[in-house]
Amino acid sequence: MDDLRKTILDYVRREYLEEGDDRPLDATTPLITGGIVDSFSMVSLKRFLERKYDAKIPDADASPEAFNTVESIARLVMKFAPEKAKV
Amino acid sequence: MYVTETRDEKLAPNIGTYESALRGPGWAAAEQELGWGQGEPLNIGWHLSDRICRLGLARKPALLWEGADGAERSYTFDDLRVLSNTVASFFWRLGVYPGERVCLFLDRVPELYIGFVGLLKLGAVVQPLFSAFGEESLLTRLADAETAAVVTQRKHLPKVRRIREKLPELRHVIVVDAAGLALREGEIAFDLDAEPRSPGFPVFPVTPESPSLLHYTSGTTGQPKGAQHVHGSLVAQYLTTKWVLDLKEDDVYWCNADPGWVTGTSYGIIGPWSNGVTQAVLDSGFSAERWYAFIEKRRVSVWYSAPTAIRLLMREGFEAVRRHDLSSLRHLASVGEPLNPEAVHWSREAFGLPFHDTYWQTETGCIVISNYPGMPVKPGSMGRPFPGITAAVLDPKSLDPVAEPGRVGVIGLKPGWPSMIRGYWNNPDGYAKKFANGWYLTGDRATVDPDGYFWFVGRDDDVINTGGHLVGPFEIESALLEHPAVAESAAVAKPDPVNMEVVKAYVTLKPGFTPGPDLELEIMNFVRKRLSPLAMPQEITFAENLPRTRSGKIVRRVLRAQEFGEPAGDLSTLMEE
Repeated sequence: MDDLRKTILDYVRREYLEEGDDRPLDATTPLITGGIVDSFSMVSLKRFLERKYDAKIPDADASPEAFNTVESIARLVMKFAPEKAKV
Repeated sequence: MYVTETRDEKLAPNIGTYESALRGPGWAAAEQELGWGQGEPLNIGWHLSDRICRLGLARKPALLWEGADGAERSYTFDDLRVLSNTVASFFWRLGVYPGERVCLFLDRVPELYIGFVGLLKLGAVVQPLFSAFGEESLLTRLADAETAAVVTQRKHLPKVRRIREKLPELRHVIVVDAAGLALREGEIAFDLDAEPRSPGFPVFPVTPESPSLLHYTSGTTGQPKGAQHVHGSLVAQYLTTKWVLDLKEDDVYWCNADPGWVTGTSYGIIGPWSNGVTQAVLDSGFSAERWYAFIEKRRVSVWYSAPTAIRLLMREGFEAVRRHDLSSLRHLASVGEPLNPEAVHWSREAFGLPFHDTYWQTETGCIVISNYPGMPVKPGSMGRPFPGITAAVLDPKSLDPVAEPGRVGVIGLKPGWPSMIRGYWNNPDGYAKKFANGWYLTGDRATVDPDGYFWFVGRDDDVINTGGHLVGPFEIESALLEHPAVAESAAVAKPDPVNMEVVKAYVTLKPGFTPGPDLELEIMNFVRKRLSPLAMPQEITFAENLPRTRSGKIVRRVLRAQEFGEPAGDLSTLMEE
């Protein structure tokens, strides 16, 4: 797993899973449909990505589908902040 | 402009016509259909399960459940009868007795729906709480209700454990998926499908006035209030489901609402099952693709959703709709916040059916103003009062009904309908304030047009309606003040294209803290974890100071007006900076 996906995964685990929640979580785990991140919490996750990667993600692109897995989130970051995401 | 439905003429609306329903016997007809006579016991739990089996529907599916991971479970009405007995027996053996509060702190799993019925049979007061609540929200509500037992899942157990020592009345924590988990003292495993089944249970003979449910709702001031419902609410929930949601014998019904909120119990459990109707439940977060696939797979025919969800579906466009066979749908309704006309027009184009807006509150227990099947829908209107409900727009000062159409006033309801709450838990003063001049005051402002249709204008207080849920500013401000950097706080509504409103916070910082995006995100997450994602400010403004009255009270209306681009009103009482 590359740094981008690992960073997002670590953040999701730290911020959105309860301490002691032992559910397996990887880059393809459904976050929105799986009930880990809801549409309200998505705002804070988007804010984190924008801050961390200096990405301006338009609201129209920040759909529940686009935020449903770490993999799809990583693709979104690559699209809107390709340079920072490689660092 | 009116929009009329396209529908199968063979399926005449249950309500008949609105005018005929107004002339009919109303609630009394519902009592008769439910086979209940004045002076007899009335237990909702029995009516949702045993009674339906006695009507010859024992083998009919009651619950078609699907989890986020695709897992499926289904239960017939006889399963519901036996398993709810099993739940009731379990709690009885545990020493939980009628009148005690039992909290269901669960995702939308079968244990929630069946447990709800079982606890009512026992005579316990069910306290459903949204499973996304953080520990502070949970603590406030469990402490206020002096809850005796909490039913939860392993993933939510840590939140309960962290606050348990602060809850001396909490005797039992029941975990429904505890296999392989090391439980602590006072924690008990309960596996619904593995527990020895109890074919019979002596249903507690509660009366229509016996407490059934405690739903916590937010106000402008103070902590959330526990709205006390009674078993007699069944009469209203049964009839409004039948007439507004138009449920019929062969329907498969889907209500999007979580039973942590009143829609999820009144119309996600009591309404459909008291009518003997199969309901489908999807325990999954929002996804247009997943939702449409669920409707297609389960052949959902009646769908009760919410404007926020509809607006999210609109964003996904018609293409997502066209990928699925949604021809099973025949009636659509919406609740939680005003349904904008665009959503009505869109649903007509997408599904060939308009969403029918319905209006009610936690305190009303049932739909009180609505658009009805067969009646012309005026897009953007709340509709007309339910037959049996007397509703009026009241002059804000005199609290007398406004005679002329189009004048803004407060929506008032004549007290006395079956599902009206009977009090706020531990808060008789708060309850008394909801009534004046012979009216129950909703706190919502509206107008009435010459045809008698109500049109929502806005709230009469500072409560924030986000995604169809009411969030109290006081609770958010209290949580903000617990963050080490925050000196003062104010929470107000900010307009939002999807959720109607979202939470916006204004804070001043303590010396030594520097405003910036990192601190903003930290505070957002802090509130989300303590309260809930709904209560998380989606934006924070760091201010030098907040507008106050000369007596020092923060004036939220000035900040709210700023967000909405409206005039702030009388500023003469504000403290000069």
